[in-house]
Amino acid sequence: MALNPMHQFEVYKIGPEINISGINLSFTNASLFMTISAVLILSLMFFGTKKKSLIPSKIELITEMSYSFVAKMINDTAGSSARSFFPFIFTLFMFVLFCNMVGMLPYSFTVTSHIIVTFILAAVVFLGVTVIGFVKHGIKYLELFVPKGVPIILLPLIVIIEIISYLSRPVSLSVRLFANMMAGHTMLKVFGGFVISLGLLGGWLPLGFSVALTGLEILVAFLQAYVFAILTCIYLNDALNLHH
Amino acid sequence: MKSISFAICIATAMYTNQVFGSEKGMPQLNPEFWIAQIFWLFIIFSTLYLVISKIFLPKITHTIENRKSRVVNNLEEAQKLKENAEKKLNEYNEIIQKTKKEAKKIIEDSKKKLDRDIEGKKQKFNDEIEKELKIAETEIKNLKKSSISNINNIAAEISAEVIKQIISTEVNKSNVSAIINDITKKEMEKHT
Repeated sequence: MALNPMHQFEVYKIGPEINISGINLSFTNASLFMTISAVLILSLMFFGTKKKSLIPSKIELITEMSYSFVAKMINDTAGSSARSFFPFIFTLFMFVLFCNMVGMLPYSFTVTSHIIVTFILAAVVFLGVTVIGFVKHGIKYLELFVPKGVPIILLPLIVIIEIISYLSRPVSLSVRLFANMMAGHTMLKVFGGFVISLGLLGGWLPLGFSVALTGLEILVAFLQAYVFAILTCIYLNDALNLHH
Repeated sequence: MKSISFAICIATAMYTNQVFGSEKGMPQLNPEFWIAQIFWLFIIFSTLYLVISKIFLPKITHTIENRKSRVVNNLEEAQKLKENAEKKLNEYNEIIQKTKKEAKKIIEDSKKKLDRDIEGKKQKFNDEIEKELKIAETEIKNLKKSSISNINNIAAEISAEVIKQIISTEVNKSNVSAIINDITKKEMEKHT
C-alpha cells in the first residue's frame, strides 16, 4: 500500500458525508489542504500588514515582496490596463504557490496535483479572459485569430491553428501545472520507496536523489505558480490590448 | 527531462496499479470527488479572493504608498536643507570676501596715512633742522665777527704790552689797534 507512489494522490472524505440533492459535496483531504493553504496565505497577509511600520520586518517584507512581484509581473506583461485584475492574479498566484509549497511537506496532500482543480482554475481564467475580450472589443475580438501580414492563401489554415491554440489554452495551462506536480511527487515517492527497498547498503544513492529532487521540486513549485500567473497575464493582455 | 520523468511516472503508476490492483488507475481521474473538489475550491478560492482584495491588498498598497511618499518627502526635505545650507555657505563666503576686502582697504588706508604722517614729520624735522642750522650759522658768524674784534683788542693789548716790554715806553693804544685792524682787514680780505 505505502509503496504505491500514486497512493498520495488519493482523495478521501473527512468528517460526515455532505449530500445535497444527490451530489456528493463531502469535505475531503484535498479541501482540508486547500483550507490550510488559504489560512496560511491569510495569516501571512494578516501578520504582514499588522504593524504598517516604516522599516518592514521580515514577514512584512515577504508580503510586500510578493505584492510587488505580482504587480511587476502584471505591469510587464499586460500593461497598466490590467491593474484592475491585480487582486485576482495575486490571489491566483498565492493560492497556487501555497498549494504547491504545502504539498512539499511530508504526509501532506498536493491540491494542485489534481487535474480537476487545475482545470477549474484554468477554465475560470480562460472563460474570464474570453468574456473580458468580448466585452472590451465586441466582435472585433475575433481578430485575435487573424494575425496581420499573413498571405491570404495561408489564412484559413492559420485561423484554424489559432482557434485550436486558443481553445487548448485551458488544457495546456491546467495540464502543465497538474503534470508537473504529479510527476514531481511521484518521483519523490518512487525514490523514497527505493531508499527503503535497497536498505542500509544501497539506499544512500536514492536518498541523495530524494534530497536533490526535493530541492528541484521546491523550485518547480515556485516556477509553476509563476508560470500559471504569468500565462494568465499574457492571456489577459491578449484580451485587453488585442495586438497580436 | 520533465516529460521523460512524467512518462516514467505514468509507467510506474500503471505498473503499480497492475501489481497492487486495489486502486483503479490514477486517483486524479477518479470522478468520485470531482464535484466536491470543485465545490470546495470555489468556496475557498472566492473567500480567499474576497478577503485579500477587500482587506489586505488595500492595506499593503497603503503601506507601500505611505513608505514611498515618506521617503520622497524626506528626500525632498533633505534636498531643501542642502540647498539652504549651500545658500548659507555662499552667504558666509560672501561676507568673508567682503570683510577681507574691507580689511585690505583698512590696512592700505592706514599704511597710506602712516606714510603721510611719517612724510609730514620728516618734513617738519627737516625744516626744524634747517632752521636750527641757520640759527647756528648766524650765531657762528656773529661769534666769528665778535671774536675777530675781541682778537683785535687782545692783539692790541698784547702788542702794546710787548712794545712796552721791548722799548719800555707807553704806546698809544689806539694807534696799535688801528694798525692791527688794518692788518686783520688785509688778512680777512685775503681769506675771503
